Amino acid sequence: MREILVVKDLKKTFRISAKQQKLERTKEKVKIAVNGLSFVSYEGEIFGLLGPNGAGKTTTLRMIATLIAPDSGDVFVDGSSVCKEPDVVRSKIGFLTSELKLEEFFTPNYLFDFFGQLHGMEKSLVEQRKAKLFERFGITKFAEVKVSDLSTGMKQKVSLVISIVHDPDIIIFDEPTNGLDVLTAKVVTDFLMELKNQGKTVIVSTHIFSLVEKICDRVGIIIDGTMALCDTLSNVTREKCLEDVFFDIYAERAGEAS
Amino acid sequence: MKSNIITIMKKEFARFFKDRRMVFTTIFMPGILIYVMYTFMGQGMSALYSSDEDFIPQIYAENLPDALLDMEGPVAFVTDTSAEEAKILLEEEMGCHLVAVFPEGFEEAVASYDLSSGTKAPQVELYYKSTSTDSSTAYNMMQEILASYENSMVNKFDVNQGEGPYDLASQQDMAGMVFSMMLPLLMMVFLFSGCMAIAPESIAGEKERGTIATLLVTPMKRGHLALGKILSLSAIGLLSGLSSFIGTMLSLPKLMGGQEGVDAGVYQAGDYLLLLAIILSTALLLISLISIISAFAKNVKEATSWVTPLMIVVVVISITTMIDSFKASSNVMYLIPLYNSVQCMNGVFSFAPNVMAVILTVVSNLVYTGACASILTKMFGNERVIFSR
Repeated sequence: MREILVVKDLKKTFRISAKQQKLERTKEKVKIAVNGLSFVSYEGEIFGLLGPNGAGKTTTLRMIATLIAPDSGDVFVDGSSVCKEPDVVRSKIGFLTSELKLEEFFTPNYLFDFFGQLHGMEKSLVEQRKAKLFERFGITKFAEVKVSDLSTGMKQKVSLVISIVHDPDIIIFDEPTNGLDVLTAKVVTDFLMELKNQGKTVIVSTHIFSLVEKICDRVGIIIDGTMALCDTLSNVTREKCLEDVFFDIYAERAGEAS
Repeated sequence: MKSNIITIMKKEFARFFKDRRMVFTTIFMPGILIYVMYTFMGQGMSALYSSDEDFIPQIYAENLPDALLDMEGPVAFVTDTSAEEAKILLEEEMGCHLVAVFPEGFEEAVASYDLSSGTKAPQVELYYKSTSTDSSTAYNMMQEILASYENSMVNKFDVNQGEGPYDLASQQDMAGMVFSMMLPLLMMVFLFSGCMAIAPESIAGEKERGTIATLLVTPMKRGHLALGKILSLSAIGLLSGLSSFIGTMLSLPKLMGGQEGVDAGVYQAGDYLLLLAIILSTALLLISLISIISAFAKNVKEATSWVTPLMIVVVVISITTMIDSFKASSNVMYLIPLYNSVQCMNGVFSFAPNVMAVILTVVSNLVYTGACASILTKMFGNERVIFSR
């Protein structure tokens, strides 16, 4: 199996405001969000980053997507470093989080073309991809409806489709099913499986055990910015279910901390 | 990947021009509003200072000298009412516009008055009501009548009674003076409001709504995004500024009370070309400055309030055209941003365009815009700027 994503000793700290310091009753001026995180993801698998809120999942994914720069360490996406060649990395990945919004004034049709152009795609290829993806997600009917007038689920589908307009080999999803109704959530998870079957690599972050158990090949459990456990799902769940494994590790960590 | 700049510009234009409401409020409304406002103001002012042409003031007079009664003039004298009764009519505004009280035996007293005697000259009392335009007009007319009456008795010399014209300022000079004082300030304010209407929305707004991050995960270079935004927003800001400018040029003659020669026709095509170059480069600079401020702000509201101090700076700098000691004394001064635009516009409007200064201004503005674009590029790459909400 080829290593397609290599995360090496990633570290990221944030400065925290005086107000936040008081709130957290700490005198530390920096908060360590990600602390020496390393993991590898192989081509054609679905890798799940599992962890509670505030564990550093989103920060890690943002660093992989080059939206924020690591303090130290590096990430190699298909051989390209996020620190040295962020533009190349961005052309290789599709990144989707609920924080990335689409301009509500435009229609899915316009936005798809616009992002296709920004990815430097040929017009005919954009049309081809658009026809295929809009059909797959039932957007065709709404292609000329302004994003502001779409339902939440449809907005999410349009965002998803636009994030993979350029047919990337690596797809990164931050909390893919958060805030979605069961039907849309199923459409999304089915699609992730479909991508995997096409040979794409999918990285998802989530705090939902069932999602990991359902779709992931390998899982990394993040607690307080460090990798507590990283293995194939079958190895991790050999003796206990994922939920029990997670809480055991969590209790162990909490015990160490106190 | 240069085409990404074009792609971003196209998107910004589509965002703006497909939104009819935005086009109307940013481009058409300012021009129309200024035209209507100035036209009304002009009419109001001329109505305030001038009365009807066929208006004949009713002047109630006591002991009116016969010489005045015989004088032909656009006033009507009423002599059969006492001064006290007339004053009441004046106060109540019941057909009396002025009460003139002459001392008894006025004509003889004037004839026998000796300036060197040191005694007080005979006095005429004119009662009027300053809050009534008609009464004020009557007061002014009566003073003129009395002055010429006085002159006719002791005429030692005349001033400007010949053929004239005595004011050697041409109509063009008049227009130049009016335009060069007012227009640089107005133009800067119009441009600024045009830019302010769109830049905070496009930068801070996109940040606030989380749409800018979506752009930043594409392989596009941050610099292309910054340049695409600056160029397209400047073009829209320029259109908005031009609309206000056209509205002003068309209505200024009306504001100036219809003075002949005070209209847009006094300038040549060359003047307008210079002007266009100046305001285009100024629009670029203003958009860049407002964009940087907007990128720092967390949301549109914050951006708008942070931009206000810049607006004050622009207004203060624009007033330098009205004060001679602040005028540019050497070409180096045309490198000072904003000040250079104001001074160049002043030169063009007063028919003394300094081409070298315009070139320096345009080039330096472009350089400043470039510097701002690279700052904006850095900001787009800075997570603390993009994700601070």
